Amino acid sequence: MSTATAPAVRPPSNQSSLRHRLAERGVDRTLWLLLPAVAFIVLLFMYPFLYGLGLSFQPSHGGGIFGNYAAFFSDPYLRNTIWKTLGLGLPAALFNVIASIPIAYLMRGKVRGKRLLTTLLVVPITLGTVLTAQGLIMYAGPTGWLNTVLLDLGIIDEPLTLIHNWIGVFLSLIITGFPFAFLLTLSYISGIDPALDKAAATLGAGPMQRFRTITMPLLAPGLVITFTLSFVLAFSVFPSAQLVGDPTGSTRVMSIAAYDAAFQQFDFPMGSTMAMIMAVVMLVVIGLVMLWRTTLYRGATGGKG
Amino acid sequence: MSTPTRELPSAASDAAKAGPRPRRRVRIWAVVVWFLLAFFFVNLIALVASVVVDSFGKTWFGGWLPSGFTTRWYSQAWTEFGLSHVLIVTAEVAIIVVVLSVLIGVPASYVLARRTFPGKKFLLLLFVLPILVPPITYGIPLATVLYKVNLAGSLTGVILANLVPSVPFVILTMTPFIEQIDPKIEAAARMCGAKTSAVFTRILGPLLIPGMLAASILVLVRTVGMFELTFLTAGPDSTTLVVALYNSVFGAGIRANQSVDAMATIYTGSMLVLLVIALRFVNPTQLVARGGDTGKE
Repeated sequence: MSTATAPAVRPPSNQSSLRHRLAERGVDRTLWLLLPAVAFIVLLFMYPFLYGLGLSFQPSHGGGIFGNYAAFFSDPYLRNTIWKTLGLGLPAALFNVIASIPIAYLMRGKVRGKRLLTTLLVVPITLGTVLTAQGLIMYAGPTGWLNTVLLDLGIIDEPLTLIHNWIGVFLSLIITGFPFAFLLTLSYISGIDPALDKAAATLGAGPMQRFRTITMPLLAPGLVITFTLSFVLAFSVFPSAQLVGDPTGSTRVMSIAAYDAAFQQFDFPMGSTMAMIMAVVMLVVIGLVMLWRTTLYRGATGGKG
Repeated sequence: MSTPTRELPSAASDAAKAGPRPRRRVRIWAVVVWFLLAFFFVNLIALVASVVVDSFGKTWFGGWLPSGFTTRWYSQAWTEFGLSHVLIVTAEVAIIVVVLSVLIGVPASYVLARRTFPGKKFLLLLFVLPILVPPITYGIPLATVLYKVNLAGSLTGVILANLVPSVPFVILTMTPFIEQIDPKIEAAARMCGAKTSAVFTRILGPLLIPGMLAASILVLVRTVGMFELTFLTAGPDSTTLVVALYNSVFGAGIRANQSVDAMATIYTGSMLVLLVIALRFVNPTQLVARGGDTGKE
């Protein structure tokens, strides 16, 4: 994240050493090694993105250069996809981060079975959302094991409707998102110097006080990063919203609407428009979160964000 | 986090160090947290198990277990979904993507690790973006462009699309790895009269192999599991396993749920094999970190 702002604040001394080096060596032939990667990124990432941006201003159904954007925001069915996406992505990311904190806190030191636990947690991430969705359909469906157990135990009288609605997608986002958030949080919390906690204990702080005044402030910047990355993952939910969700109703998220426009109705300009709106909405949320992060403590001892 | 390829200490040494420590007091909230974590795992295992059990079941309409067990869904899935072709395509895509992204990414990470030049920060930002931006966002314009140049639907299109997050991933994994190799080694080789080509093949090459191996495995796992980009660019002859799985669940037509589950089990099995191999070389956190946050202060 720091890469974006660093050039503007580079101190003058660094500038002169840079110029010195350039004068001595010049921008020599070694830099040609960058060429394949740069050409690749420009051709396959920047160009398509800019092409899509250009395409979004050329609506196939007329209406001026902002025709597609006007069409998107005037149609409640399309406009509401923004709220549906945020309504899934934000709670899921928030839940995953908050659930990660106590577990990562318990695991911060050397704990038996830490490697085993982290290995187990990687499994749902690598399996991916498609398999999770298929598993949820089987497991949490009306005749699945989950409902069978709950019915047999007498906890419920009717099978719970856990799939093909908002809950199904939310569950799938937790299954794949929670391990991700936890592993990141764990790596941040392990970076906090344990001596600080011990020092606070020596000074008479109780466990709760130490957590509130030592660990949390140091962890907060890392948590913000974790939240952002979890949100990005949850925000782009596509397969699970199709498979365990209600893709025409309550879980019609932006990615589904954009895909339908581009590849079901073959209206590429509209599909690109929605992709651009997705990018903007995501950047706005990330921007707000990052702005809030600048108000947090950033010290040398922790956070690692 | 400074050296991403560093292995976590093994469980055995963890236990040895934790052994002599005084036991902490058991706290109620800790018990609650462990209980919830166990609950998560029980559900997770049951979720995967219900797919596997169903794939071996004859019929399963409610109740604890299917009415009988059979393996015929596997042979049915194999022919119905053309799995041998799908598996070959998956392997081709994954291997070509790994090789190309290492070939493109490693030279760039060498420059980024060793040199300071104007616009370096901008370049780094450019390389982080494809990892930070969700694939579906740039996937739709990318697929549009690929359709325009008639590459979408072909193996080439799928490979090109999958390279977009893979090359930056290799760069972001390899840059910190190269940074921790002492530049004096190269200088010494040059002092002894080695040419640039010799420095690369005989000095840097062997030193880079562990890092390249880790990066390759990470890219391999991510490519096999990559759904969105492959889904947007694949045609009937270029679907990978995960997309074929999605199509079998969502696509039109009546097919037995068990054969879908058989395919899901094959997918799970191959991912788990890859994962077991991967975890011998990298630590679990590396598999999930999207690169943007690793290797930085």
